[in-house]
Amino acid sequence: MAEKILMKGNEAIAVAAIRCGCDGYFGYPITPQSEILETLTEMRPWDETGMVVLQAESETASINMVYGGGACGKKVMTSSSSPGVSLMCEGISYIAGAELPCLLVNVVRGGPGLGTIQPSQSDYFQAVKGGGHGDYKMIVLAPASVQEMNDFVDMGFELAFKYRNPVMILSDGIIGQMMEKVELSPMKPRWTDEEIKKLHGSWATTGKDADRNYNLITSLDLDAARQEKFNQKLQAKYREIEKNEVRVEQTLCDDAEYLIVAYGSSARVSQKAMELAHEEGIKVGLLRPITLYPYPTAQIQALLPHLKGILTVEMSAGQMIEDVRLAVEGKVPVEFYGRAGGMIPSPEEVLEAIKTKLVKK
Amino acid sequence: MIMDIKDIIKPENLVYQKTSVLTDNAMHYCPGCSHGTVHKLIAEIIDEMGIQDKVIGVSPVGCAVLAYNYLEIDWQQAAHGRAPALATATKRLYPNKYVFTYQGDGDLASIGTAEIIHACSRGENITVIFINNGIYGMTGGQMAPTTLPGMKTSTSPYGRDTSTMGFPLKIADMIAMLPGVCYVTRQSVQTPVAARKAKRAIAKAFRGQEQCKGLSFIEIVSTCNSGWKMTPVDANKWMEEHMFPEYPLGDIKDYLQ
Repeated sequence: MAEKILMKGNEAIAVAAIRCGCDGYFGYPITPQSEILETLTEMRPWDETGMVVLQAESETASINMVYGGGACGKKVMTSSSSPGVSLMCEGISYIAGAELPCLLVNVVRGGPGLGTIQPSQSDYFQAVKGGGHGDYKMIVLAPASVQEMNDFVDMGFELAFKYRNPVMILSDGIIGQMMEKVELSPMKPRWTDEEIKKLHGSWATTGKDADRNYNLITSLDLDAARQEKFNQKLQAKYREIEKNEVRVEQTLCDDAEYLIVAYGSSARVSQKAMELAHEEGIKVGLLRPITLYPYPTAQIQALLPHLKGILTVEMSAGQMIEDVRLAVEGKVPVEFYGRAGGMIPSPEEVLEAIKTKLVKK
Repeated sequence: MIMDIKDIIKPENLVYQKTSVLTDNAMHYCPGCSHGTVHKLIAEIIDEMGIQDKVIGVSPVGCAVLAYNYLEIDWQQAAHGRAPALATATKRLYPNKYVFTYQGDGDLASIGTAEIIHACSRGENITVIFINNGIYGMTGGQMAPTTLPGMKTSTSPYGRDTSTMGFPLKIADMIAMLPGVCYVTRQSVQTPVAARKAKRAIAKAFRGQEQCKGLSFIEIVSTCNSGWKMTPVDANKWMEEHMFPEYPLGDIKDYLQ
């Protein structure tokens, strides 16, 4: 087994980016994720792998640099936290509309507005339901550990290029800031320009060679009928993603009477709460969506026949619960426990919610 | 003697032809618009330099959003004002390509001021073609930051009142003071002489990318006869009489060889 290193979630993102052959990172400082840019500039990957690291003048510029880099067929990424991601939403919509691959990291903090720098999960809607304008979807990955911060970088790029679609790692201030042991991914070389031509030359702006027509990266089509057709093509791609890419972790779900649905940091807290509940003889399972889009709807539905109730735990006022309810279709009660504004629920609070909201009903 | 047309059209009689870098698509620009001329100049330069496979263009939002329909090169179409950000990443990821943005004054001098200023400040090794006609053309002739004092537009119907609507923004003069910028010039294309000068300037900027001295910036003071509600001839005259005093032609900075 490879050596494990103690590091912060944000540092893991930076190191994983270098090791997976990322070509360019473009970012702007914002708490609680500035360590990503800091780690990259300290590690100077441009000397070793040739990776470009650039501090942009704003999140708006960052995401548009990512747009340009993605258009080149290169592995490019940015990271930010909630207010910064709001600024990026215009660009994300363009990237989705132009069908470009890229990796985005949101280390979520409490909102709305400038909010707080403490961790939160209140950007679920923004990440999963849109954020920017138009009918588009990002693939959204929700890490619950520093190891997953590392692992999802490479996986995120794989998915981004497989579907030519933006992928977001939706983390939060806890996972970004906390330190855990990480097994680093193996070192992958960056694609050469020749490899990019071979892999992505059919669509990327690599320079118009004599043997092909020119490539155009755009989201514009002024002809409404053609634009509708393009929208249908996007939707077909999203259905394909929903079919193939759902990832979920289920703990003690098979004979559970009650179910907690929680992702990211909330899932870590809920794991402990589940253990406490078992000590008291309450049969609770934990379903942790790893992909928030596509959502594990079918996996939740499969558990319904033996469930008496579901508790959704979030660090928000209740956002993912809407997707749980859509999956459940009123067949069992779906309750909510959450903390907002940067507060973190304790396992005891969640246990209490299991007892008062589910069991005693 | 009646000459057959086939006797005239012979390779040895050829004095001029459309560059193959220009597509055969009919341009959507209004008759009299400067965009078509500038497109042709860029296409000819790409052809003459033999760099069609090494050029990546970034088109803006505005009338030139569809520039990609007319030049046979790889294109990225940017969000409004963000072209310099796309070009920044593209050039850094492909340092040996020739990367240029093509932007109007609404795009570059209004919504995109942050992106252009910081691309200049970082000394990005790209070329920016800036079409300044003092108006928003695509959306129907609204006031731009570059609109002249007193000039009537659909959002300054009584004329631009500088006491409430501000003054013309002279981006070329502003960025010339930034060390990251190696070449700033202001040109026009309303006469063959002017177009030839503009072509020399654009070619110099493209070649200048090989010197890695920073950003090169070509402002083309242009007409928008539809937005100005003038005939093409009157628009050219009005430009010479009113735009040129506010936006004087010539090199503002030149550190290129």
